[in-house]
Amino acid sequence: MSSVSVKNIIKTYNKGEVKAVNDTSFEVAKGELFGLIGPDGAGKTSIFRILTTLLLADSGTATVEGFDVVKDYKEIQNIVGYMPGRFSLYQDLTVEENLSFFATVFGTTIEDNYELIKDIYEQIKPFSSRRAGKLSGGMKQKLALCCALIHKPKVLFLDEPTTGVDVVSRKEFWDMLGKLKKQGITIVVSTPYMDEATLCDRIALIQNGSIMSIDTPGNIINNFPKALFAAKADNIYKLLQDLRAEAEVESCYASGEYTRFTMGHGQLTTDNVKSRLIESGHKNLVIKKIIPGIEDCFIRLMNS
Amino acid sequence: MDNNRTNKSSSIEQSSTVNRQLSIECRKLTKQFGAFKAVDEISFDVEQGEIFGFLGANGAGKTTAMRILCGLSYPTSGQATVAGFDVYKQQESIKKNIGYMSQKFSLYDNLTILENIEFYGGVYGVSRPDIKTRSNKLITTLGLEKEAKKLVGELPLGWKQKLAFSVAIFHRPKIVFLDEPTGGVDPVTRRQFWDMIYEAAADGITVFVTTHYMDEAEYCNRISVMVDGRVEALDSPANLKNKFNTDTMDDVFYQLARGAKRMDN
Repeated sequence: MSSVSVKNIIKTYNKGEVKAVNDTSFEVAKGELFGLIGPDGAGKTSIFRILTTLLLADSGTATVEGFDVVKDYKEIQNIVGYMPGRFSLYQDLTVEENLSFFATVFGTTIEDNYELIKDIYEQIKPFSSRRAGKLSGGMKQKLALCCALIHKPKVLFLDEPTTGVDVVSRKEFWDMLGKLKKQGITIVVSTPYMDEATLCDRIALIQNGSIMSIDTPGNIINNFPKALFAAKADNIYKLLQDLRAEAEVESCYASGEYTRFTMGHGQLTTDNVKSRLIESGHKNLVIKKIIPGIEDCFIRLMNS
Repeated sequence: MDNNRTNKSSSIEQSSTVNRQLSIECRKLTKQFGAFKAVDEISFDVEQGEIFGFLGANGAGKTTAMRILCGLSYPTSGQATVAGFDVYKQQESIKKNIGYMSQKFSLYDNLTILENIEFYGGVYGVSRPDIKTRSNKLITTLGLEKEAKKLVGELPLGWKQKLAFSVAIFHRPKIVFLDEPTGGVDPVTRRQFWDMIYEAAADGITVFVTTHYMDEAEYCNRISVMVDGRVEALDSPANLKNKFNTDTMDDVFYQLARGAKRMDN
């Protein structure tokens, strides 16, 4: 049995005008770390809210640990942990008060489940008497995770836990998720950062309410249909414009220091393109073949 | 102490007459809240037309520094000029000569696209005929002819952000400050947004930008990385990667910021 099962879920807003979730189906296995990868407005939050029984879908069915999200909402609320995108703890309660509040609501105590949150909680313990509203972004995120875990949920739903958080805190957070996964908790996490996708077992690339692709990050990358090239030169902006002007270049976009591009079906090779670029005055031009990342796959799927 | 400051300020005046292309000059700029040094003696220059990435860990002091440079907050000590104007004495002139856009800042959802453009153009003192010609041009460039009379609230996020950027440079400022302009935006729109940034820079507008996307950091001519109130590194992305012996900016940032003691937002 899957831990999470979503079948043909549709959710619209404004009397059907806005299609937030568009006939979406996916399964998450027990103990899996599953990522919903997509930008704002992709429908990630609606999916989370439907699965945590906070929102009713227009149609379709979904279950969490075998419980139906409509009929069995009470059971689901007891076995899931949910960390919403917006910080939703009590700002006026201290770190410790927040944690014991959530423990009490779920009929447990901090002591009972301390093992599960120990690694994370130790990091914020020095601030246990500080009000949650006065915590830094990284610490708020850790406290929210502790509160979502304190009743030992079977499934953890994390809605953009790393948005707006710096690289160091993001890395720490994903390390924590890795440890939780080892304890057998199913984790469904969403993120707009494509580089985090590779840290998941499987991912769904989602855009405008529809899943464009769903697979392991490795398979999604392997399915990239073309050779991907990266080019750099002294003038990045001019390089980008010149590459776009090349008839043989199929797609072209900036990515870090390099501009990435794929070739069309014509006769010309990248060597031809290279000599043309050098002719038009590009200095220190480098062109090399590279392995695509998840973001390249996402861009390709969006454009197709 | 007073003597010191006069010396520093005269040296800044000198350098700006010698080198007119400097857009921002910062010398030991400091902002202290009680004993807490949010910004701790930061010094850097930004050239006119440069894309300058202003990075840092959460709580490193980026927002505080940016508020000073935008003329919204006074420094405790140190010197800085923005577009040639002093951050202590000429805050109003700074505000007139810069554009500002952030992920949170958004246009008025219940005004149409045209109304928003007219409103901001008017606030920045662009003349009526200019507003008209420029907004027509802007709407054509963005391909929003059909949406011009629609409420901004109905636009998808990516469009809103592109429009917000266009509005931020509508009065042709010398510098535009962008505070995480692409947060949450899809990868295709994110790149279109950067195309607009390149275009603005090619037109001579200085772009001062913060981001959490490390690939975006690499689009900048130079970047600075703040850690605990100080600028710990400042160079071109390629040089920084060399210096830190790695091939990703992610890793450069990680090496610099992992020792950060502060985490306050």
